[in-house]
Amino acid sequence: MSRPYIPKVVTANALLEGDVVYLTPDDRWTRHHHEAELIEDEAHAQLRLLHAAARKAEVVGPYLADAKAGPDGPEPVHFREVFRTRGPSNYRHGKQEAAAH
Amino acid sequence: MYSYTDFDEAFVRTRVAQFSEQVRRRIDGSLTEDEFKPLRLMNGLYLQLHAYMLRVAIPYGTLDSRKMRQLAMIAERWDKGYGHFTTRQNIQFNWPKLGDVPEILSALADVGMHAIQTSGNCVRNVTADHFAGAAADEIEDPRPVAELLRQWSTDHPEFQFLPRKFKIAITGSPNDRAVTKSHDIGLRMVRDADGEPGFEVIVGGGLGRTPMIGRVVRDFLPKADLLPYVEAILGVYNELGRRDNKYKARVKILVHETGLEPLREIIEERFIETRAEFGGQDMALLAEIERAFAPPAFRQAPTVAYDDFYREDPVFRAWADTNLARHRNADYAIVTISLKAHGATPGDATAEQMRVMADLAERYGHDELRISHEQNVILPHVHKADLPAIHAALAQAGLATANVGLISDIIACPGMDYCALATARSIPVAQEIATRFDALDLEHEVGPLKIKISGCINACGHHHVGHIGILGLDRAGVENYQITLGGDGTETAAIGEKTGPGFAYDEIVPAVERIVRAYLEIRSEPSETFLDTLRRVGHAPFKAALYEAEGKQDAA
Ligand code: HEM
Ligand code: SF4
Repeated sequence: MSRPYIPKVVTANALLEGDVVYLTPDDRWTRHHHEAELIEDEAHAQLRLLHAAARKAEVVGPYLADAKAGPDGPEPVHFREVFRTRGPSNYRHGKQEAAAH
Repeated sequence: MYSYTDFDEAFVRTRVAQFSEQVRRRIDGSLTEDEFKPLRLMNGLYLQLHAYMLRVAIPYGTLDSRKMRQLAMIAERWDKGYGHFTTRQNIQFNWPKLGDVPEILSALADVGMHAIQTSGNCVRNVTADHFAGAAADEIEDPRPVAELLRQWSTDHPEFQFLPRKFKIAITGSPNDRAVTKSHDIGLRMVRDADGEPGFEVIVGGGLGRTPMIGRVVRDFLPKADLLPYVEAILGVYNELGRRDNKYKARVKILVHETGLEPLREIIEERFIETRAEFGGQDMALLAEIERAFAPPAFRQAPTVAYDDFYREDPVFRAWADTNLARHRNADYAIVTISLKAHGATPGDATAEQMRVMADLAERYGHDELRISHEQNVILPHVHKADLPAIHAALAQAGLATANVGLISDIIACPGMDYCALATARSIPVAQEIATRFDALDLEHEVGPLKIKISGCINACGHHHVGHIGILGLDRAGVENYQITLGGDGTETAAIGEKTGPGFAYDEIVPAVERIVRAYLEIRSEPSETFLDTLRRVGHAPFKAALYEAEGKQDAA
């Protein structure tokens, strides 16, 4: 039996600000992980990544990151991706700053 | 202070204009990221985890109040009100927006600064002893040579595409404060039998995934031969260095694989050619540069105010004991301003703090500032009578922490709070160690102890040469910290040795505490430093304290 596929989201950095962004099911780039499209199929993931890579004037460095389903939408799995949803831990800068406003 | 020539000015302005155009074309979509990336890296612009990062060179760590104020202005106008000073004597801005970068570079150019050759496989910002031109133990100020190297290496047509990045460090003192032995080329000033100054040339040092202590290729190189010799080393490296594997491309691997003796012969052979080619114009240029680095006109005044304060004020005394170093002029002192307030991010300064430091330099410090590789700021020339006023002003700005060289004076790379390559965080580990030892009120009793932390094997935080080194790794999806002991970044350089299995994030601070408590127990007397004790008793008692006491570490 092959191992079950770990679901993915497509993530990248926005070209202009460098902010972490995620690809949504309706082809928008969102700042919020829980709005990302949770991709459960490997072939579909590759297609979505190709689609993201073609949007060169919007984002930099798209890749597939492991994710899992949560009550409010997809959640990150690895701690690096958790940090990317928030910002640095030494200052409340980045997304956590925006969230506080 | 050395000012850039018209040639430099024109070069930097042209580069800013080119890059502005490149940014415009990237934003309008006519350049792809693959095309743009090498261009932005050539101009010091990285993309990190949460944002872009702009790395600005501070050649040989020297700047004046005007430059410092401009950095403050940039931090406020285009960033989040602070900057991060790094181990390579650069400053990094963590939050620039792509569209603002041309303006930032132009503001830097207004004060003779730039971000050129802070990235890429070229000769990087040449670093120097941060006490250069001031230290009591110095033979000669090494910065004119550093400036000569900067001019020679900037845009050098032959050396823009080396096998890998190339870092040169230089010190004019026998006591090595510039970590010369962990650089691709280290230059340490020494005297020959006749008392003439020249350089011990060290090659092939490096940290990263294969740490190596540099080897001496030349015991004594007369100053007049410096540039041709360095060019010979670079020429040989450019030709023979490996380009097939980027992990084996640094000159340290060439030294290791070729062997020091055969490599020395090849370099010396090449040197015969390069020396003939140079024919002395470099020395004329050096003489000109040296004039610009003439020492300031030292003030003559009594120092009783200092002596009185030192006697009466314990807070001032504690600061003076840790943060001052001996100046070549007995009435002067070298002030190290700690950017390591307990619990703060090592190396960060707010715009306001930058302005305070600029003001102090202008008012009391012959308008000179330095950035140290230990991520602190230096006022190299301060008359002792002015120290109480300086201390008071620093205290107001949260800059008077008396901890230079102590356990909370930690070098930490940005780690996973900023860096896209990181495998774990390093900044919060540094913050928590500093906070913990401050709460225990132990650090002055512990004495000199260097902790250095990197967030991945690239070793930007110099962990290999920390007395206690900490390396953050990703072990099966959780942060894990490996400890090394016995590293040393001075003239007695050594690479630290791993103690054993690593520690989880919430276990690393207690682990460090166990090491330190073991040291306090084992040391023969309070004056025996951590490193001396370790060298006397070996690693076993420390490993015992680390692993036997609590036994909570994960299995390797
Ligand atoms: C985006 C941030 C950074 C990136 C991508 C980065 C990347 C790297 C890489 C890949 C290496 C290993 C080079 C090799 O062994 O060939 C390295 C080494 C090094 N970096 Fe960084 N670095 C970053 C930030 C910093 C910072 C903030 C500092 C100073 C605090 C720094 C100082 C150093 C030093 C001193 C080394 C020494 C290792 C050596 O020369 O062998 N770097 N860096
Ligand atoms: S050591 Fe690793 S984590 Fe730290 S700055 Fe360098 S590349 Fe980033």
